[in-house]
Amino acid sequence: MADLPKAEELLKSINYTPPSTPWMDIKADTSPGNWCYPAKAEKLEYLGFPNPREWNPADQDWKLPENWQDIVHQGFKERLDKYRSLKIFMDVCVRCGACADKCHFFIGSGDPKNMPVLRAELMRSIYRKDFTMAGKILSTLTGSRVMTEDVLKEWFIYFYQCTECRRCSLFCPYGIDTAEVTMMARELLHLCGVNINWILEPVSNCNRTGNHLGIQPHAFKDIVEFMVDDIEEITGKRINVPLNEKGHEILFITPSGDVFADPGIYTFMGYLMLFDHIGLDYTLSTYASEGGNFGLFTSSEMMKKLNAKMYAEAKRLGVKWILGGECGHMWRVINQYMDTMNGPADFLQVPKSPITGTVFPAAAQTKMLHITEFTADLMKHNKLKLDPSRNDHLRVTFHDSCNPARAMGLMDEPRYVIKNVVKNFFEMPEQTIREQTFCCAGGSGLNTDEIMEIRMRGGLPRGNALKSVRDEHDVNMLSCICAIDRATLPPLANYWAPGVDVCGVHELVGNALILDGEKEREVDLRQEPLPGKEG
Amino acid sequence: MNALYSLVLVFALVLIALFGVGTAHMAGLFGIALPLVAVAVFLVGFAYRIIKWAKSPVPFNITTTGGQQKSLDFIKHSKFDNPVTPGQTFIRMLLEVLCFRSLFRNAKTGIQEGQVTYASAKWLWLFSLLFHYSFLLIIIRHMRLFFEPVPACINFVAMLDGIFQIGAPRLYMSDILILVGLGFLLARRLWDAKVRYISLVTDYFPLLLIISVALSGIYMRFFAHVDIPAVKQLTMGLVTFHPVIPAGVSVPFYVHLFLVCTLLIYFPFSKLMHAGGVFLSPTRNMPNNPRRVHHENPWNDPSIKPHSYEDYENDFREPMIEAGLPVEKKS
Repeated sequence: MADLPKAEELLKSINYTPPSTPWMDIKADTSPGNWCYPAKAEKLEYLGFPNPREWNPADQDWKLPENWQDIVHQGFKERLDKYRSLKIFMDVCVRCGACADKCHFFIGSGDPKNMPVLRAELMRSIYRKDFTMAGKILSTLTGSRVMTEDVLKEWFIYFYQCTECRRCSLFCPYGIDTAEVTMMARELLHLCGVNINWILEPVSNCNRTGNHLGIQPHAFKDIVEFMVDDIEEITGKRINVPLNEKGHEILFITPSGDVFADPGIYTFMGYLMLFDHIGLDYTLSTYASEGGNFGLFTSSEMMKKLNAKMYAEAKRLGVKWILGGECGHMWRVINQYMDTMNGPADFLQVPKSPITGTVFPAAAQTKMLHITEFTADLMKHNKLKLDPSRNDHLRVTFHDSCNPARAMGLMDEPRYVIKNVVKNFFEMPEQTIREQTFCCAGGSGLNTDEIMEIRMRGGLPRGNALKSVRDEHDVNMLSCICAIDRATLPPLANYWAPGVDVCGVHELVGNALILDGEKEREVDLRQEPLPGKEG
Repeated sequence: MNALYSLVLVFALVLIALFGVGTAHMAGLFGIALPLVAVAVFLVGFAYRIIKWAKSPVPFNITTTGGQQKSLDFIKHSKFDNPVTPGQTFIRMLLEVLCFRSLFRNAKTGIQEGQVTYASAKWLWLFSLLFHYSFLLIIIRHMRLFFEPVPACINFVAMLDGIFQIGAPRLYMSDILILVGLGFLLARRLWDAKVRYISLVTDYFPLLLIISVALSGIYMRFFAHVDIPAVKQLTMGLVTFHPVIPAGVSVPFYVHLFLVCTLLIYFPFSKLMHAGGVFLSPTRNMPNNPRRVHHENPWNDPSIKPHSYEDYENDFREPMIEAGLPVEKKS
């Protein structure tokens, strides 16, 4: 952290001209700051992952298993047989370079191995050598190479400099998705015990305690009580939050970041106020108290295992359907994987708003609805009493979180919600929003402080777009629908666009909601004075 | 270096044909045996690659969405960038394959005075389209060599292609445009430092090979004035499996044919298979409907279960009871 360069210096250090040395001849830089801390042995042991040990990526010896090359080869082969995507993406790239300058890590670093095409080539070069005829015979001519320890180290460095945001995939003429390649590479690294703690510890916590942060049930209840107290202080109204209760209509699951950390907690307060306002018959669960699924960054098996809690808990509690909070990769998992892995959830019903009667065919199979879909519908039917002027001190822009945007297509629902509760709304430049949105550079388990410079570099495109609306429209609040964003964007905004805060969409809703019987509000959910109430 | 290797390789191919036919008089090999083998390799190889891809399942629906999902009635659905029905997906694929939709989005990123800049960069899209469509036109035109009588539609394409009636024999637009397209793709590979950095021999070779095919074709038509009726006799012999080597077919034709044969043989083993692969790309060819419709994963493992609620409660029962949280078992 201490040696993080100033924003202007970092910007000046970026050079997009590749070095004269061919990329295969450049070893990955394994000095500290270039990698996230490796997973603790005890976490791997608990989860049953291979090769638990103490090791340091800066060391020459990574304490790999004896036959690690066989392990990688076999694992690669297995995945080629299991995923058509991997086979196609290994084979069809023409290296047109359309993806090259689309990756936020490349834009912020200029490191050619951060060009999506080259990131994938790190793996393709091995694929060619091991699985294609030409690659076996004509090594250098076809761009193939032998799997060595240096290559494995390179994989570790660069596949943990990919946030699986899929922006490159949007621009690829063949839809090659580097997220898919990165996922496979990480699975192969896992097989050798090469992984990072910031992913494995949350995975292990989620498995046992139900959420990333390892919040135990009674502590979870305390936190909720704490927020209920705050809501009472702000609105004068005490609300009731059911936990682990059977017999309710809806189970609400949100990422635990919303429960734990500032500014996510304000979003959580917004949800609770909304539910109280409309008299929603719902419950929270401490067992399934995590929407985010770090299994997605680990292996398909682990993703399935963690995701299975949602349906298991819905079944145990006897709810009709599940409502999901604001989270990025949680929704990627729900949209792309949930029903396939753990469905069909025939014991649930197609989500139907008990307030408006709207049935949501978009969630007909998963039985899980995104809260902005739910709230937008409420607003369309005028079911909410709102005072948008309470957000007048905010000049708001919206960050499309990568996963909802590019793995789902949820873009206008949050905008509709925001525009109903905020008067001053401004879009960031066209090439940085909606499906072209830029990652917070902390997704896919990289939101850890030991790689702060890498994160700030990767955050350049988002931060720069934010700066432009800050300068042009005095924007002071960046709203988003992802808990990882709410964790990673504050330092990013502070670095690239100081003066801009970060919030969830339902924090803005919570501010604007006029609860029945509430007192006149003088502060917003952050307990900061409302405009005209500064005392 | 990679570009140079490829250039040398292509020159070598030209020389092989020149000497093979011109000096060694192996017209039978170059005019009959090789073309038959090349077509067979192409067809079998192409099919083999497609089948090989198709053998691996698509376990998950992983569409890359490029627009608003279909959700609430009052929110406009982006039908073709985020399709939910097979029909919409079909149109997405048509746009992708026929119009290079994704490439159309291309923008160039830079940094100017502390600002990240994004400039439209549709050149790659434009010249790729030029190249691919010219190639298609040229292939269609060449079909007149394989049909007797020549279907009207082929003549029509040839007529359109030469509609400007420049010179004699008439200049085909596609001949010029394919060279313009290929020239751009090659120049871009050489001049754009980023693209040059990622380019392999296998990227330059097919470009140079196709350029040499086009140049040899143009040379035959406008400079060497190859005896077309004789060539047609040869090609008809091939398609009817009664091969003949007619007199009067000159060496430039064999060079052209040899380069084409090389391309056909090379095709299934190379990145040129993107032509087939684009149809199988799971991020593009699936509707974004896994929340609406069940998608089956053939290797889904039902034995993977979550850490059970029971175990969870066993772990935390005491504090849960103390905190007043409902539990299944009191002790």
